[in-house]
Amino acid sequence: MSKSLEILLAALLLATPAVAEPLGLGRPALPEEIAAWDATVLPDGTGLPEGSGDVLTGEDVFGANCASCHGEFAEGLDSWPVLAGGDGTLTDPRPVKTIGSYWPYLSTVYDYVHRSMPFGQAQTLSVDDTYAITAFLLYSNGLVEDDFTLTKDNFATIVMPNAEGFYPDDRAETEYPLFRVEPCMADCRPAPPEVTKRASELNVTPRDGDGKPAGTLPPLTAASETAPAEAEADPAPEAAPAPEAAEPEAEEPETEEPEDHAAADPALIEAGEKVFRKCAACHKVGEGAKHAVGPALNGVVDRAIASAEGFKYSKPLTDLGTGGGIWDSAALHAFLEDPKGFAPGTKMSFAGLKKAEDRDAVIAWLSTFAD
Amino acid sequence: MTDEPKPSRRAFLAGTAAAGAGLVATAATAQTADPLITEVQDWASVFGDPVDATPYGMPIEFESHVVRRNVEWLTESTASSINFTPIHALEGTITPQGCAFERHHSGAITLSKQDYRLMINGLVEKPLIFTFEDLLRFPRQISIAFCECAANGGMEWGGAQLEGCQFTQGMIHNMEYTGVMLRDLLAEAGVKPEGKWVYVEGADASSNGRSIPLEKALDDVMVAFFANGEALRKEHGYPVRLVVPGWEGNMWVKWLRRISVYDQAVESREETSKYTDMMPDGRARKWTWVMDAKSVITQPSPQAPIRHGAGPLVITGLAWSGNGRITRVDISTDGGNSWTPARITGEARSKALTRFHHDMTWDGSEMFIMSRAVDETGYVQPTKQALREIRGTNNVYHNNGIQVWWVRADGEVENVEIA
Repeated sequence: MSKSLEILLAALLLATPAVAEPLGLGRPALPEEIAAWDATVLPDGTGLPEGSGDVLTGEDVFGANCASCHGEFAEGLDSWPVLAGGDGTLTDPRPVKTIGSYWPYLSTVYDYVHRSMPFGQAQTLSVDDTYAITAFLLYSNGLVEDDFTLTKDNFATIVMPNAEGFYPDDRAETEYPLFRVEPCMADCRPAPPEVTKRASELNVTPRDGDGKPAGTLPPLTAASETAPAEAEADPAPEAAPAPEAAEPEAEEPETEEPEDHAAADPALIEAGEKVFRKCAACHKVGEGAKHAVGPALNGVVDRAIASAEGFKYSKPLTDLGTGGGIWDSAALHAFLEDPKGFAPGTKMSFAGLKKAEDRDAVIAWLSTFAD
Repeated sequence: MTDEPKPSRRAFLAGTAAAGAGLVATAATAQTADPLITEVQDWASVFGDPVDATPYGMPIEFESHVVRRNVEWLTESTASSINFTPIHALEGTITPQGCAFERHHSGAITLSKQDYRLMINGLVEKPLIFTFEDLLRFPRQISIAFCECAANGGMEWGGAQLEGCQFTQGMIHNMEYTGVMLRDLLAEAGVKPEGKWVYVEGADASSNGRSIPLEKALDDVMVAFFANGEALRKEHGYPVRLVVPGWEGNMWVKWLRRISVYDQAVESREETSKYTDMMPDGRARKWTWVMDAKSVITQPSPQAPIRHGAGPLVITGLAWSGNGRITRVDISTDGGNSWTPARITGEARSKALTRFHHDMTWDGSEMFIMSRAVDETGYVQPTKQALREIRGTNNVYHNNGIQVWWVRADGEVENVEIA
């Protein structure tokens, strides 16, 4: 072997990411740790735990945990995912991709519901409740009768309607040969271009205050463009206020703060805005807020319970309202700490805010929105 | 319009005359002395910020428009949604973490290095648990890679819809990652011969589990904990995320907590109900992992209109391919009738964003500007129409079609489609 080849081989050996020798790092995973984290269910049913659930139980569990977004019949409220129906729509201009019409494997339903649902409260459903919800979703898609019970043993016998509707990526065969050709460089068009679609006509882009698409770069000659009148009236730049602005001004905001404090604590309100993110999936607040999964919350603090017009409250809340209940601080604290304890049967599927300071903050923030 | 200026001594000398003729509108023609120059400005006289003013610096206030933005109507909840990188305002190839797009399926979680655990289980000889400190003891690698959401451009399948490349192509970022190779972690646990797939999931409530074929897992997949020289940001998976070069962003699992080896794909929700591509016959492609070659002109674009008038104009943009290096980017200013190769500026790295520039003289008349990427496999970025002819308009994902911007005579730019 020549010297240079030897060097080359040695270099290759060094550079090649050959399977490394184990370093002895990490520690063995304990069986109970694996059981806690590995909840995966494979298409053939491998990984399913012992358990079962029937359609009617599933209807109840779904109603309590899922219907606030997905609807009582899994039809999907607002733009939340539709879980049922959609048969035969996959070639439509707007296909309805549901568990029944699209999902190839039932294992995916169980796996996803058990691991990641309900939205915002993942991993709170028991094994049997997950079987029951899965059974109910089969029923709501017309795939089983209402007396059906799903178990670990009959799970693998369920074949989803669209099981054959998928095939592995074939772009390498169907597209690459078409696109791996030397492209035209000159005289490529038979006629001058003609505009067929304009995004501006749809008007669905977020906008800045000046009506331009959000984030539009500001002009780089702003001085002359934004204030031409001023510039013309006073061409001499002597009166430029810059030196004044450079004076230390730190004391001013500090003196203002105590006055503000009496009305509301800005820090608390700000914290409340952050806490409210947990609520924002279902509740809207602020100018023009409309009812969503939950009622709009403008003016909610200190008003009668279940009194927002146009929202269909669940019975327990309506009862509290007709009984004279008011959303004062105490009631809001009790409800937000434990929604289902304060109003058993409420549609609000939210685990609650366990920390008093979180509740204080969110109530302070909501207080800033009048009706 | 005239393309491709050929700078010469003659043209250089003629520059003043051209300005006088009104072809080049710049401040150089101003008659009165500029007070910004003749007057002593405040910043030239008094102190600026002291060194203890900003222990961690943020962009200066004049750049406040350079932020991620979301499109409210896209999703019901901002906890399971996406925002967009302001690519119209950025240059070079590295995306700053602070404005690199985010996609969460259940919000960005707060997970400390101390609380971090990574499990490897399934078809391995030794199921293992690693702490963050353990990961720091494996050999580290550096890799620059683009991360593009499979749905980037998804709103444009039916036609031009959003006004600005931030919204039409902004589900992308490009960072320099430091981490350890997934293959080294797998070697530590020992993959059994029947293991064919690696399933990765996150610690967040969505878990966002995805199956990756073992060949890819052993190739260039990285378990990363630094990006652009500093710790990952929370919204990008702090403390640990997966980097899957060239493949769709959904597989780049954040807050990575478990790696499991199987003999089959898990067929999780994210790889069946989502991230599968509907075809006209009602069936769907699955496992469409690779992001094909694509490019977009970032300036001028609807959010970056031309305000300086006719004369010298810099067109710039980004190109990338999940199948390797970008070898060429062609530019058209006449709606695709004629094409000229742009300059590739800087290095064209495999599976990373590549910057191109095209320096021209604009005569002030309207233009239809387009860019077309070519990668090292010879793949040429197709038109949107060519993609629709194969895939229809319900594909949702993997829209890598050519973008057309309509530059108006006043310099405003629109997102259009042309025939």
